[in-house]
Amino acid sequence: MGEIEVSALKPSGHDSAAGRPAEGSSRRRFLKLAGGAGAATASATLVAACGSGAEPMTEVGAEQRQPVPGGDAGIVKYALTLEFFEEDFYEQVLDSGQISDGELLSLTELVYDNEKKHVETLSQLVEELAVTPPQRPKTDFDSVIDAGERKILETSAIFENLGAAAYLGQGANIQDPDILVAALEIHSVEARHAARFNELAGFGFLTGDDLRGSVPNGAFAKPMTMDQVLERVQPFVKT
Amino acid sequence: MQSTSLNKTPDLAAVHVAGLTRSSFILRGALAAGAVYGASAVGPFVRGAFAQEDLTAPDVEVVNFALTLEILEATFYEEALKRAGLSGDVRTLTEEIASNENEHVSVLTRTVTDLGGKPVDNLKLDFGDAFSSESSYLDLAQTFEDTGVSAYNGAAPLIQDPAILSAAGTIVQVEGRHAALIRAQRGEDIAPSPFDETMTMAQVLDAVDPFIV
Repeated sequence: MGEIEVSALKPSGHDSAAGRPAEGSSRRRFLKLAGGAGAATASATLVAACGSGAEPMTEVGAEQRQPVPGGDAGIVKYALTLEFFEEDFYEQVLDSGQISDGELLSLTELVYDNEKKHVETLSQLVEELAVTPPQRPKTDFDSVIDAGERKILETSAIFENLGAAAYLGQGANIQDPDILVAALEIHSVEARHAARFNELAGFGFLTGDDLRGSVPNGAFAKPMTMDQVLERVQPFVKT
Repeated sequence: MQSTSLNKTPDLAAVHVAGLTRSSFILRGALAAGAVYGASAVGPFVRGAFAQEDLTAPDVEVVNFALTLEILEATFYEEALKRAGLSGDVRTLTEEIASNENEHVSVLTRTVTDLGGKPVDNLKLDFGDAFSSESSYLDLAQTFEDTGVSAYNGAAPLIQDPAILSAAGTIVQVEGRHAALIRAQRGEDIAPSPFDETMTMAQVLDAVDPFIV
């Protein structure tokens, strides 16, 4: 990530609201109450059962759900940064006139519109949380866009799988129920985008690659940590 | 769904075995939770919708609620594969979805048991004439998938254990993918809104009520 991204995503000490206990958050109270023996056993089962693939989900549960710094505010800023990134991508794709396929064009327009709405909503949340908003990353998608429609479609498919995995990685870390609901409502829309782009790209349901496929991990989706997500985003951010 | 009797039933009539009724404790619990939360949990800004500090739906009830929906879906797709005369891409998609839903059922069933609950198992279901054509099948499939997404999104904030919440997330993402793929088959917009609407458990149970006999 470039400096802009880092400053946007790392918790800044002067954000008074970042990491502040979420007063009145019922989930926070729930979390304190959770942890009885029965619950722990059930979690282990559910999480373990999700890992019927090569990688044990117990590992994923522990590591891929690693919270971003800065609590809920940090998560919202991280999400907004990713939405900025997606919005920029589709805007540049549509501006380029590189898409000639009618179906792909209308899908891209729909997705662009949705990402714009996500940016608006998350920006509003940042404002409500009274934290420093993340700066819009300076993106460069020329290598993808210049390569033409096929490369654009494949990249869209990967970006949407990435977005879905990013939200999934943070959902359970969110303390405030309202923010959690907003994240959930966006998360499943990213999943919808991902499924269709991947289907159009002809990747099939599963490919053995977490970021390619309309249902790339089968019955249970896989989360990604912020570090894993940013690593995939970095090549498209100007430093 | 090997672990339930539903899988062994060759036709819909045989699914009508004794079991859950709407008066069972699970549905009563879910309805009670929904009643407390009200029907306001729609839209990205639901300030206050989940603010009732005194409400708790125990995780086991939320998981059992999810299991109810997954059994409904799994049964629906199994029956569709047998009876709807599906072929080509629609059949391939249905096989994939059915397989996913069956995995959801088996994992959620075990989770309810581990939480000390009694898993829903013998739902009496009737999908009417949904399997009379591919298009009527896809139409109902879209309703179920969209409802599934809204159900998980609406119930998730009730979940207390972060590991269970996270696992629910891994399922709802797949439901969202199914919804998009079914919608694409129908030529519908894959995402009807930039924010998937949430539904309370009561709303969901009302929506699926016609299919539970």
